[in-house]
Amino acid sequence: MKHNVEQSMSLTSPAPTNLSLMQKFATFLGVTGLGILLLAAFNINFPHKALWLTISLSAITIGTIAFSYGLYGNTAEGIKNNGVFFKSISNRGFLGWIAGILLTGFYVVLYFYPEYLGLVKDGDNTGVIAVFDPLSRLLSGNPASQWFVYGTLYTVAIFAFGIKFMWKYRHNRYEVIRTGSVMFFQTAFAFIIPELMARLNTDTFKLPYYDLKNVWPLNYYNFEGYRIKEFVNAGNIGLALLIFGIASIFIITPILTYKYGKRWYCSWVCGCGGLAETAGDSFRQLSDKSKFAWKVERWVIHSVLVFIIVTTTAVVHSYLGHDTSKYWLTKNTFLIGVSVFLTVLFALIWIFKRQELKKDARYGAIGYLVIILAFVALHYTSGDSKIFLFKANDLRSTYGFLIGSIFSGVIGTGFYPILGSRVWCRFGCPMAAILGIQQRLFSKFRITTNGGQCISCGNCSTYCEMGIDVRAYAQKGENIVRASCVGCGICSAVCPRGVLKLENGSQEGRINPNEVLLGNDVNLMDLVNRK
Amino acid sequence: MEHIVIIGNGISGVTAARHIRKLSDKKITIISAETDYFFSRTALMYIYMGHMKFEHTQPYENWFWKKNRIELKNGFVQQVDTTNKELHFADGDKMSYDKLIIATGSKPNKFGWPGQDLDGVMGMYHKQDLESLEKHTPGTKRAVIVGGGLIGIELAEMLVSRNIPVTFLVRETSFWNGVLPAGESEMINRHIREHHIDLRLDTNLVEILADENGRARAVTTDKGETIECQVVGLTAGVSPNIDFLKDSAIETNRGVLVNRHLETNISDVYAIGDCAQQHEAIGLRRPIEAVWYTGRMMGETVAQTICGNRTEYKPGHWFNSAKFLDIEYQTYGWVFARPQEYEKQFYWEHEGGKKCIRISYHKDTNEFLGINNFGIRMRHEVFDKWLTEKRDVDYVINHLAEANFDPEFFARHEAEILQHFNSQTLTNA
Ligand SMILES: Cc1cc2nc3c(=O)[nH]c(=O)nc-3n(C[C@H](O)[C@H](O)[C@H](O)COP(=O)(O)OP(=O)(O)OC[C@H]3O[C@@H](n4cnc5c(N)ncnc54)[C@H](O)[C@@H]3O)c2cc1C
Ligand code: SF4
Ligand code: SF4
Repeated sequence: MKHNVEQSMSLTSPAPTNLSLMQKFATFLGVTGLGILLLAAFNINFPHKALWLTISLSAITIGTIAFSYGLYGNTAEGIKNNGVFFKSISNRGFLGWIAGILLTGFYVVLYFYPEYLGLVKDGDNTGVIAVFDPLSRLLSGNPASQWFVYGTLYTVAIFAFGIKFMWKYRHNRYEVIRTGSVMFFQTAFAFIIPELMARLNTDTFKLPYYDLKNVWPLNYYNFEGYRIKEFVNAGNIGLALLIFGIASIFIITPILTYKYGKRWYCSWVCGCGGLAETAGDSFRQLSDKSKFAWKVERWVIHSVLVFIIVTTTAVVHSYLGHDTSKYWLTKNTFLIGVSVFLTVLFALIWIFKRQELKKDARYGAIGYLVIILAFVALHYTSGDSKIFLFKANDLRSTYGFLIGSIFSGVIGTGFYPILGSRVWCRFGCPMAAILGIQQRLFSKFRITTNGGQCISCGNCSTYCEMGIDVRAYAQKGENIVRASCVGCGICSAVCPRGVLKLENGSQEGRINPNEVLLGNDVNLMDLVNRK
Repeated sequence: MEHIVIIGNGISGVTAARHIRKLSDKKITIISAETDYFFSRTALMYIYMGHMKFEHTQPYENWFWKKNRIELKNGFVQQVDTTNKELHFADGDKMSYDKLIIATGSKPNKFGWPGQDLDGVMGMYHKQDLESLEKHTPGTKRAVIVGGGLIGIELAEMLVSRNIPVTFLVRETSFWNGVLPAGESEMINRHIREHHIDLRLDTNLVEILADENGRARAVTTDKGETIECQVVGLTAGVSPNIDFLKDSAIETNRGVLVNRHLETNISDVYAIGDCAQQHEAIGLRRPIEAVWYTGRMMGETVAQTICGNRTEYKPGHWFNSAKFLDIEYQTYGWVFARPQEYEKQFYWEHEGGKKCIRISYHKDTNEFLGINNFGIRMRHEVFDKWLTEKRDVDYVINHLAEANFDPEFFARHEAEILQHFNSQTLTNA
C-alpha cells in the first residue's frame, strides 16, 4: 500500500504523452535535420553542401521551435512542470539513458576520434565536417574543423532551446531577458567574432583564437606559451587582448561579481551555462540535493581549482627566463609574485571573513597550503622544466584531458540526462569555484526569503540545477547565500508561494540564520534568534 | 530521562520535536500512522502532477532523525490513558509517556452525503488519499469536485494536469467568497474557466450514485442534474482529526481544547496544529487555525514550554498565501470579504485581469488594516512592520514599491495603483 503512488508512477506513464500533430511534424523535421548530418557522418556524399547544411540546421532549429510551440503555445502563462517525473527522458528512464549514451558517445568521438567525423589533416575534409566547410569558409575563410562543427551545433542548440525556454517562462521577464543574453553571447562572442577575428590573420599577423567572454581558468590554455607568443607578436591588438584577459580575472570579474553575484557570468554570459540553461533545462531536476553531494562538490571543485592554478603557474614558469635584463618577469619573480598574491589573499580572507567560513575555511586553508608547499618545493627541487616530478607540459596535458575533455565535455554534457544539467558547473568548473568564493564572501547578491511564507513544498530544491537545498534555508526564513548558486532564478519562479527573490542589496543582514520565523510572537523571536 | 511523545509527524509535531531537541536532551518519540518520515502535505498535488516525486516532499533527509535522536514510530494511536500516561496502539502495542503532544492534524469533512464512502470517492488530505486517486485515475473520463476552497482548486488543477475533465461544484455564488471579496473572487472564477474547468457555482451535491461494483458512477446536484463521473473529490473543508480521543479524559470540542499555553485540561498533555482549538479565538483569528505556519509556530511555542520556559502562543499579524492555478495570492493583515462596519477598502485590478490588490483601512483613522495581493508578490517583513507601526493607508500606497517582492525586471504597477487610489479618494471625498 505504502508504495502505491511511486509504483504506479514509474510503471505506467500517467502523463499525457500523446503528441499533437504539430509536435509529430516538428519531431519529423528535427530528426530529418539530424539525419542529414548522420548520413554525412557515414560518408554519404552530399553534392551541394551549403544547401544541405542550410536545410539540416534549419530543420533542427525549426523542428525544436515548432515542438515547443506545440508544447506551450496553447497553454496559459505559468509554470510548466506537469509530468516532468513521469517522462522517460526527464526522469532517468529508458529514453534518458539512451540520450545520455548517445551524447557521451558523440563527445568521445569529438574529442578523441575526430577522423570519424571526417577530419582530414592535410587535405580536404570528408564526412560531416566537410558539410560545414562552406559555412566556415564564409566566416573565417578556412575549412571547418571538428571544433567548428561542434561550435555551430552548440550555437544552434542554445538558440533553438533558448527559444523553447523563453516560451516556457514567458511570464517571467527575468528568465526571458537572461536567456536572450545567453543566446547573444553564444552567437556573437563564442561563435561569430572569433571566426571573423581569424579573417584578420595574414602570413605575418596571427591572433590566437579568442572567445572574449571566456575567462581563465575556464579557458585554462589562455596563458600557454604559444598563445602568449601570438599575443605579443600581434602588436597592439594582441597586447590589448592579453591585457583584457588578465583584467578579466583581476578587475572585471570581481567587480561584477561584487555587484550582481556570479550569475552575471554563469547564467547570463557563459557558454557552458548557456547550454545547461537551454538544452539542459529538461534535466535540471536530476541534480543530487543530498548533503553528501554538497560535500563532494566542495572537495572536487576546489581541487580542480588548485590543479589549474598549479598547472598554469607551472606552464608560465616553464617559458619564462632567468635573466632580468632580457625581461623583467623571470621565473623567480613570477613564482614569488604568485605566492605573495595568494598569501595576501588568504590572509585577508582569514582576517575579515573568518566567521563566515566555518568548516569551509579549513578546506580552503588546506587546499591553499598544498599550493604554497607545491610552489616552494617546485622552486627548490626543479630544474628548468620540472615542477615537483612532473613536466609542466605533462601537467597541462593531463589537465586538458581529465578536466578539459572528460569532465567538462564527456561527463559535463554527455551525462545531462543522468546527473542533471550543471554537473560540470557544480563539481568541476574552476571559474565557478573562484566566482563562488567571491559570491559567498564579497558580494551583494543573495536570495531573500519572504518571512514566514514558505510551506516547505520542495519545488525550489527540486528544480535547483546546482543541487542546492533551497528549501532548507527558506523554511527557516534564512536568506540563501551559497557559493554555487548561479542565479538562474528558477527556484524563485517555481515557488508557489512567492517566497524567493534574487536581489543585490547591502551586506548587512545578508546572512541571517533564524530559529523562529517572522509571524510568531515578537518576544519569542527575539529571545530565540538573539544568541 | 523525560520521555516526550508526539502523536503526528506533520509540521507542528516535527517542529515541536526539533525545537525540544535544540533546547534539551529529553527522549523524543514521534508517532504517525501515515508515513514513516515527515513530508510536506502542501506538496501532495505536485506529486500527482509529476512536478516532484514523493521523496522530494520530505524536508529532511532520512538520516536526520537518527542524528538528532528523534525516534520515529509507525503506528495508529487508538486510545490515550491519561491516568497511567499510556498510549494504546491499534495493533495492541503500548507506550508510556511523561509529556504528550497531540498534533494529529485534520481530516476531510464529509457531510453525510449518500454514497460518500463509495469506491472512487475521496478527500485530499492524507498520502493515502493521493494513492486512492492514483489508483482510480486510469479510465476516469470525468471527475467531480465538491467544495470550493483551497484544496478543491488544487485537486482541480491536479486532475486537469492529467487531462481529466473536471466539474467543480461550489456551494457559494462565487469561488471562495467567504474569504475573498467580489473582485478577487470573480477573477479566480474567470481563471478557473480559462483552464477549461466546468465551474458550477451555487450548486450543491445531493447524492453520489454507484455502479454495480460499488464504484461511483455519477453525482446528482440540487439543480436536478446528474453528472457522469468516475472520481469524486470531497474537499468541503477539514476538521480536527481527534476521534481517537473520544473516550479519553481530554476535553474536546471540535478540536482539542487548549489555553493560550497550548495546554489541555490534563496536565502534561498539549495540543498543537490543526487539531488544537483555542478556548477563545486570538484577535480576529479563528479558534481552529488549519494552516501550515500556525502549526509551525505552535510547535516552536510548545517546545519552549516543555523545556521549562512556559510560553504563551502569541501569533503576530495574520498572513497567508495560496496559488489558484497560475495566479499567486498573498495576504497580510485582515481584509474581509464583506467589509466590517469600520472597514473601507481600495481595489485595483490590472487590465490583464490576472493581477489585483485590495487594501483595507479604517474608515475614520485611515489606519492600514490589511492587503490582498494577487499576481504580485509582496514582502512579509515590510507589511508586518507597517501593521505594527500602524501606518495609514496613504503611507502604504505611496511606499508600495518598498514592499514589492516580484523578481527583477517584472512589470511594476505602483504608479498606476497610486493614480487609481488618488482618483478614487478624490471622487469619494
Ligand atoms: C492538499 C493540501 C494543501 C494545503 N496547502 C496549504 C497551504 O498552501 N498553506 C497552508 O498554510 N496550509 C496548507 N494546507 C494545510 C496544512 O497542510 C495543514 O495545516 C498542516 O499540514 C497541519 O499540520 P499538522 O502538523 O497540524 O497536522 P498533519 O500534517 O495533518 O499531521 C498529523 C499527522 O498525524 C497523524 N495521525 C493522526 N491521528 C493519528 C493517530 N491517532 N495515531 C497516529 N497518527 C495519527 C496523521 O496521519 C498525520 O500524519 C494544506 C493541506 C492540504 C491537505
Ligand atoms: S538557488 Fe535558485 S537561483 Fe541559485 S542556482 Fe539554485 S535554482 Fe538557480
Ligand atoms: S518552493 Fe517556495 S514554498 Fe516551496 S519549499 Fe521552496 S521556498 Fe518554500
